[in-house]
Amino acid sequence: MVKDLSVSFLGYTMKNPVVPASGTFGFGWEFAGIYDINILGSMSLKGTTAEARYGNPLPRIAECTAGLINAIGLQNPGVRAVIDEEIPRLDKVYRGKVIANVGGHSVDEYVSTAAAFDACDKVFAVELNISCPNVKGGGMAFGTDEKIAKELVYAVKKQLKKPLIVKLSPNVTSVTDMAKAVCDGGADAVSLINTLVGMRIDLRTRKPVISVRTGGFSGPAVFPVALRMVNDVARAVDVPVMGIGGVSSARDVIEMMMAGAAAVQVGAANLVDPYACKKIVEELPEVMDELGIASLAQIIGAANA
Amino acid sequence: MKREILSVISCRDLNAGVYELVLSGASDMRAGQFVELSVPGFYLRRPISVADCADGVLTLLVKEAGEGTKKLRTVKSGDTVDALTDLGNGFDTNAEKPLLVGGGIGCAPLYKLAKDFAAAGVRATAVLGFRNAAEVYYAEEFSRFCDVVIATDDGSAGVRGNAVSAAEGIDFDRFYACGPQVMLRAAAQKLRHGQVSLEARMGCGFGACMGCSIKTTKGYARVCKEGPVFEAEEVVW
Repeated sequence: MVKDLSVSFLGYTMKNPVVPASGTFGFGWEFAGIYDINILGSMSLKGTTAEARYGNPLPRIAECTAGLINAIGLQNPGVRAVIDEEIPRLDKVYRGKVIANVGGHSVDEYVSTAAAFDACDKVFAVELNISCPNVKGGGMAFGTDEKIAKELVYAVKKQLKKPLIVKLSPNVTSVTDMAKAVCDGGADAVSLINTLVGMRIDLRTRKPVISVRTGGFSGPAVFPVALRMVNDVARAVDVPVMGIGGVSSARDVIEMMMAGAAAVQVGAANLVDPYACKKIVEELPEVMDELGIASLAQIIGAANA
Repeated sequence: MKREILSVISCRDLNAGVYELVLSGASDMRAGQFVELSVPGFYLRRPISVADCADGVLTLLVKEAGEGTKKLRTVKSGDTVDALTDLGNGFDTNAEKPLLVGGGIGCAPLYKLAKDFAAAGVRATAVLGFRNAAEVYYAEEFSRFCDVVIATDDGSAGVRGNAVSAAEGIDFDRFYACGPQVMLRAAAQKLRHGQVSLEARMGCGFGACMGCSIKTTKGYARVCKEGPVFEAEEVVW
């Protein structure tokens, strides 16, 4: 059986739906020393802000059952360095186009950073991170209030020629209402879920493991929650959905797509197995064969039929 | 970085808290580098420094620091361990009179360094600090390759005091230290010229997640990728 792994997302054709998630793949080029990253559908770059950020004090990482908590705090070199240094390095080893992930603390910061990426040829879409749980006075604050989220998306979208993906937080009462709000604001697509706010305590010191007390929980443990939210949103909005959350295998990718995801991001799995995305891409044809799937594009939303 | 499936040759207790895990099938690594071991039932890998590595045989000295390293202690000869190897930068060997300063489990990566210096005809001095006599390990092994000074907090073995205070008066041109953060900071202040190997809770261990970034005089650096070994003068403590 000839198998077609390709999917189209916002007019960009990807050879497969597998996209490393922001924050788990750096700016991509370092992974080129591990395997040929041209096998990937695309990639979402490390969250970028207007100015360089160090992020939170250590420890930023805590182990959990079937996952981890992180509180990096959007460490990045700032948008100028990303466009002038990181993306040219990536361009030497990766032929495809990428998703620029944008963080911020104010509407102005989101707008200016997104606009800078709009002028960058290597970028096919901007992913607006309004769901980072690890930065104060920004990030998730924009993603947990429908009115604020809609206004932010509207302000950013007005300045963009490229498509805008809005990355949604699961830390809300209704992810569906939030998805509708950002679509009203002009989002061309949504990606979900970002991490769930979580916490661990060191039993010996009796103190939180994470320096800033809480962080974002991700990994295989969150997959069923993510799948449900992707399905909720896919059934409620007309824009394409990128499914994220605990995806660790080719079967998970297919399940996310059946729930309604047009493409799938892989996050935490990259941190425990640097070859995770490669393995998923290589396993997809075999699993498609087993399940009688000729074209991945045809199974998007199959569970909703 | 490489992913390698290693075979357990032996796993034996050195004392109540520390065990020696010997594995076969590993690539060559430099002193100061580390590996990330997958422990069944735990999500994140465990970063462990290389204590010795020669002809494919990798020796790790592991402190039981939590549930993951407790589980790892139960492996038996013949078991396999999924490892990421060849991680981090490692120590330099630019010394004629090297001083090695270890604290607790931080002594582990200095063992291969002492061996490497000895192989190059350079006699090192190792000051190994522990809380008490019961926690001392590998003193004899070190003494095959370098001069050894043992220091304990309570004076129950060697000299009383910590490794940095015990190093006072020793003639050296460059120091190499690994141990608790407070010890490394003291070493950087008192001994000045040398390298420190830092420890951090890591996510990935190969530079992807920014979970272990520190501040240096040259900007931000990942303990797992630009480190774990840094020039002592470059670390912003």
